[in-house]
Amino acid sequence: MAKPQGNHVKLLIGTRKGAFTLTSDPVRSKWNLEGPLYLGHIIHHYMCDPRDSNSQIMAMKAGHLGPTVFFSKDGGKTWKESSKPPQFPKAGASGDGNPEPDKNLAEMTEAAKGDENGKEGGEKKGSSVDLVFWITPGHESQPGVWYAGSAPPGMFITTDGGDTWTPVEGFNKYCQESDGLHGEGATPGGQLTHSILIDPRDAKHMYVSISVGGTFETTDAGVTWKPINKGIEADFLPDPDTEYGHDPHFVVMHPANPDRLYQQNHCGIYRLDRPDVKWVRIGNNMPKEVGDIGFPIVVHPTDTERAWVFPMDGTEVWPRTSPGGRPAVYETKDGGASWHRHDLGLPEEHGYFTVKRQAMCADAQLPLGLYFGTTGGEIWASIDEGASYSCIVRHLPEIYSITATLE
Amino acid sequence: MLVHIPSPLRSYTKGVSKVDAEGVSVDELLNHLDKQFPGIKFRMIDEQSRMRQHIKIFVNKESVDTVKAPLKSADEVHIICALSGG
Repeated sequence: MAKPQGNHVKLLIGTRKGAFTLTSDPVRSKWNLEGPLYLGHIIHHYMCDPRDSNSQIMAMKAGHLGPTVFFSKDGGKTWKESSKPPQFPKAGASGDGNPEPDKNLAEMTEAAKGDENGKEGGEKKGSSVDLVFWITPGHESQPGVWYAGSAPPGMFITTDGGDTWTPVEGFNKYCQESDGLHGEGATPGGQLTHSILIDPRDAKHMYVSISVGGTFETTDAGVTWKPINKGIEADFLPDPDTEYGHDPHFVVMHPANPDRLYQQNHCGIYRLDRPDVKWVRIGNNMPKEVGDIGFPIVVHPTDTERAWVFPMDGTEVWPRTSPGGRPAVYETKDGGASWHRHDLGLPEEHGYFTVKRQAMCADAQLPLGLYFGTTGGEIWASIDEGASYSCIVRHLPEIYSITATLE
Repeated sequence: MLVHIPSPLRSYTKGVSKVDAEGVSVDELLNHLDKQFPGIKFRMIDEQSRMRQHIKIFVNKESVDTVKAPLKSADEVHIICALSGG
């Protein structure tokens, strides 16, 4: 299996209007921009396989067209569309297209009536994937396996590197049968399935999160799921002690200690150390005037105590821009007990950045490189472990995702 | 029958704006199109056989709202990516 090689950092960039790549020189001082690929298409996530850098996947849709997935098996030189993109089973049929034996007769009759009546009736039954929002490479032991997350909430798996996708029926059934986990059109972009995390010690152990849904865990490869949201606040819900319905923005499993999870939530920054089941709000240690709201959270590849966030204004009507117009990255070196501001190189005022949840990442170089992309189409880089920043490209479309790999 | 392909879908038809396809219903026609141009149907029709929000299909300049709409061999079909503002 080919592993990522070389000493040129390559950033895979998904934007609202196509995909780009940025490749560095060996010291990360100069960057070469290439693209666009699929100009005009909305690229929600553009990922490289850490098990095989020749394998890449893009989740995309276009303004008028339905969602799809493209995959490359030659490092992005050529791309092919999935012959079977992620999609839910047709209403009244099981995942393989056969009638569901235990389907309620009245429901089936209603579904059939909908089909007979055409568009109007058909809309009452069955979910359809509006967008593929998230792509995650599978476990090290399962080459060719990737997972995808969708809106409305859904999870899909490919075992052939992205050509054909099938529903993870356990997860999708769990969402369909749980109140509030199969919404369409809620939140900007719908309820997004994201942060699909696979335990490197056990391919059957995974966490998945849904915006305005919560975080969920499986230990049987996705057959059964349970919510894991204790300790997370949900000040937008009438019941603050609800089992689920929380709003994780981004959850990450620490690669050096898979029992440690960090979460940037709509209601703050949290940490969970398994086997505990109660999250701790480490964002309470952020400066009060900045708060602990944001979209992304990035962890150091080896130091379990270090993480970086990009705070945004979550007051009143939620501008989702840098608090006070003074963009900054905040870092913790002690697991969230304290946070340190880093704004060297960033605008000192009138910098109203928004950094979306997949638009911040780290490379694995020494010293560590940190990168974030803005909704204004800029990409900022730090090559000193997050201490200072420079803008390495401007004028791109709104940045949706950045992934770092090596070339 | 003649089928007009809108520009967002011409990556599937190698840039061609008018193609031939057959079928006794819109669904059959789209299946035939998909055989010639794999993947094109799912960008227009979702997994529940519903037309996607911004796709409109006209048969002889009359809009149809279901893939079950019947077709005759002499019909002419326009697939439209509907403008919705902007």
